Amino acid sequence: MPRTSRFKSSLRCALLACAGLLPLSAAHAAGTLTIATVNNGDMVIMQKLSSEFEKQHPDIHLKWVVLEENVLRQRVTTDIATKAGQFDVLTIGNYEVPLWAKQKWLAPVKPDAAYDVDDLLPTVRKDLTVDGALYALPFYAESDMTYYRKDLFTKAGITMPAHPTYAQLAEYADKITDKTNQVYGICLRGKPGWGENMAFLTATVHAFGGQWFDASWKPTLDTPEWKAALTWYVDVMKKDGPPGAASNGFNENLALFASGHCGIWVDSTVAGGLLFDPKQSQVADKVGFTAAPSGTFANAPSWLWIWSLAIPASSKNVDDATTFITWATSKAYVDLVAKSNGWVAAPAGTRNSTYANPDYQKAAPFAGFVRDAIEHSNPDGQTKAPRAYTGAQFADIPQFQAIGTQVGQSVAALLTTSQTVDSMLSSSDRAVTRVMRQSGLLH
Amino acid sequence: MSASTLAAPAPPRQSARRRGTLALVGPSVLILAAWATVPLIMTLWYSFQNYNLVDPTQHGFAKFDNYTYLLSDPDFWSSLANTAFLVIGVLVITVGFGTLLAVLYDQAFPGRSIARVLVISPFFIMPTVAALLWKNLMLHPIYGVYSNMMRMVGLTPIDWMSHYPLFTLTLIVSWEWLPFAVLILLTAIQSLDGEQKEAARMDGAGPVARFFYIIIPHLRRAITVVVMIETIFLLTVFAEITVTTAGGPGVATTNLAFLIYSRALLQFDVGGGSAGGVIAIIIANIVAAFLVRSVARNLET
Amino acid sequence: MTPARKAALSRAALTIIGWGVALWVFFPILWMAMTGFKSEIDAVSTPPKFFFHPTLASYHEVFERANYWHFAINSIVISVLGTIVALLFSVPCAYAMAFSPTKRTRGTLLWMLSTKMLPPVGVLVPIYILARNAGLLDTRTGLVIVYVLMNLPITVWMLFTFFKEVPREILEAGRMDGATRLGEVWHVLLPLSLPGVASTALLSLILSWNESFWSLNLTSSNAAPLPSFIASFSSPEGLFFGKLSAASTLAVAPILVFGWLSQKQLVRGLTFGAVK
Repeated sequence: MPRTSRFKSSLRCALLACAGLLPLSAAHAAGTLTIATVNNGDMVIMQKLSSEFEKQHPDIHLKWVVLEENVLRQRVTTDIATKAGQFDVLTIGNYEVPLWAKQKWLAPVKPDAAYDVDDLLPTVRKDLTVDGALYALPFYAESDMTYYRKDLFTKAGITMPAHPTYAQLAEYADKITDKTNQVYGICLRGKPGWGENMAFLTATVHAFGGQWFDASWKPTLDTPEWKAALTWYVDVMKKDGPPGAASNGFNENLALFASGHCGIWVDSTVAGGLLFDPKQSQVADKVGFTAAPSGTFANAPSWLWIWSLAIPASSKNVDDATTFITWATSKAYVDLVAKSNGWVAAPAGTRNSTYANPDYQKAAPFAGFVRDAIEHSNPDGQTKAPRAYTGAQFADIPQFQAIGTQVGQSVAALLTTSQTVDSMLSSSDRAVTRVMRQSGLLH
Repeated sequence: MSASTLAAPAPPRQSARRRGTLALVGPSVLILAAWATVPLIMTLWYSFQNYNLVDPTQHGFAKFDNYTYLLSDPDFWSSLANTAFLVIGVLVITVGFGTLLAVLYDQAFPGRSIARVLVISPFFIMPTVAALLWKNLMLHPIYGVYSNMMRMVGLTPIDWMSHYPLFTLTLIVSWEWLPFAVLILLTAIQSLDGEQKEAARMDGAGPVARFFYIIIPHLRRAITVVVMIETIFLLTVFAEITVTTAGGPGVATTNLAFLIYSRALLQFDVGGGSAGGVIAIIIANIVAAFLVRSVARNLET
Repeated sequence: MTPARKAALSRAALTIIGWGVALWVFFPILWMAMTGFKSEIDAVSTPPKFFFHPTLASYHEVFERANYWHFAINSIVISVLGTIVALLFSVPCAYAMAFSPTKRTRGTLLWMLSTKMLPPVGVLVPIYILARNAGLLDTRTGLVIVYVLMNLPITVWMLFTFFKEVPREILEAGRMDGATRLGEVWHVLLPLSLPGVASTALLSLILSWNESFWSLNLTSSNAAPLPSFIASFSSPEGLFFGKLSAASTLAVAPILVFGWLSQKQLVRGLTFGAVK
């Protein structure tokens, strides 16, 4: 048809006109690795120290794409799902690793003997292993714990127990809140997102004896356990939380705590390295820590998040990428960080050798505690009633991102509007049921 | 144009010219048509598919499922309302204040040209930066400058993003677009004949009367331009929302663009997101038709 | 009160209001620039510090972490080329529409503008797949193409309004002298409507520079412009207001200064066209 051919040729001319103006730069030069990573502190250090790697491996050139977590996740997922192959190294968590390995989106990682795989903490190694093969190497790992301000507790005449309960935290938070001086009793994640407020709340719901789905994938949000957990959360946040709590994620709370505005904060163990660092924290000498709170169900699965480095199956530089990720997660790398930034900044939660180091124990008073928390984490453990999924602060199914995003938004609205927990839970239960029906898991 | 002129055979030179015209308009129309239709066809195709980026096990023809799913979602309807609120709110604020400021900066006072430059500066700021700036440095309930100022005079700072999210978002977007309105309207006022203004003054018209009877009618065309251009951009406001509220709390600041983003790229349901995209395309065409009928008439010279 | 006194008073009031409003509108930008020179601790201090000990620490950190010049050069190249290509397409198009209008001209123009009302997020996955297949991901060419298409409706419409102001007789006089169409455009039309063309180019440049959805999604490292640079400094761990402000200032400074320098041009051009 002449019309279409004219159309096509015009289009081609148009594209050629543009292309002619610019040399088409090849997406990948040989020996160049494009690394996608999150702008968290440990990764920023890795980027700075990577010049050492390039010195050791002059034939490998590194290109960095450093983005905030949500943007990065969306970029990386779009890229890998459309098999576009823009990246050679991905920074992903233990939520993605098993799911993506099953889709054959990731290349299995085979580090050499010098890497000493057996030095990795067993729980961490297990979570990155699918069908006997390792699909990512752990960069740092975290469980959860309770941070509190010792000075405020002393002033209020209370002592933090070794294993506080949710009810106790609410009580203490109320005692130390001093809104005229902008000290808020408790800071918890309120920013909506499956990895933000829903990570904290999923763990909380598990501790209150609830769960996302029963053994047949039926959503169980409309239950007394969810109601108890959310009521606790909403009450304490409304009464003693900081203003603007609905937009506070991990990073925002870290900044608030470090600048002296929070009394208690329950979050990732990785915050310890930053809160105890006087360069980054105004309360470095006043921070205390203890176990994450427990609820009515004592043996709930406990939090485990592993930021790991993985290689997409579509990468054209698998060998070089392997060289890089083994370097960035090696013992030598931990030493390098210690040398340049001090032991307190060393990547935590991955290697026995880090914890065995007396310098690390001295610099990081929380070290033994964190190691314990990670070694005893059981994300695959059982909830009070049988469940169909695994994970402590997430449900390890592809649909969880959709579910967590939707429910997370509804929870954030609870903090700022007068909506009741009951009505929110029943509408969320319907929304989750819709997603699960669509996924085919729920019939 | 009457039917007879169309039916009359064009002189040969004229038809050659017509072809020349087509060759000139053609490239732009064609590339835009390609840009608008190729992704449209793909979007239309996806909108009838089960297509989840992170779960390739879901695939196949979805019939109208994506549409019924979207249209039966209460969030969808609230997103339409939010889109309308945002567009209309920003238009009212920018055109209203823009007119006042244009009149203000038409007057002579010391340092006027510097003051003008300062006022139009926000137009050059990236939306992402503007949103980060307002969210963190200005309105943060603890560290924000405005919160601190309120505290200094003994007031409790307002938690803008939690309690008035859509209103706050409207203000931020208005801040970005106010300079554009001022720029266009000021230009228009300056082109108003000095003699015209002077004559009105001689007739004894006060400043208020001059504003309503001379300036406003003169600005009609310029206001039309502002409304049209701003509408085009405001329908797809996105960066500001992602950065400040991520559509929340709840769905308080989710407009259609953000709803589609949330479906397609936060929840990775490309089928559902595409259904939203198709609906957005329909809405865009309705708005364009509306512009043709009511707004564009003012642009005829 | 004497009229002279009254006039002086109203002039003083005008000056105060005029400057007050200007500073109030500009204040956020000023505050951002100031915060970039504070230490992270000063940046979050309450009450806020208007006077402080300036430091370049945040700038050092920003430059150490990201290669600013790489992003800035990409931004410049992409927005300048995008603007040039957009003009190459839109000048002939607007010329034909303005001087040989047909029944469909107005409809075509509005249809063009309506293509801008579609949320880009709705078509990201198709465009991403097309760009992947064409090998245009993470290339400047890819972004230039997208920006041309994104800005074409606006540039065509603006040029159309400017060209319409040029009297037909002048062009026709040129045609009698045997000028070709190209000559007609080049020697007669463009010189006459130069201010309008310049402000169109300026607007296209500003819109391309500030675009942040496609730039983030279609690039990774080679072609990444300044919006990607910002995305690596928004909400990181720890205190970040100083670094964020420094990075933001760096990202907007070139276009802001450029805008300041060229605002007279922008206004002059606009006077010529649509809003007269």
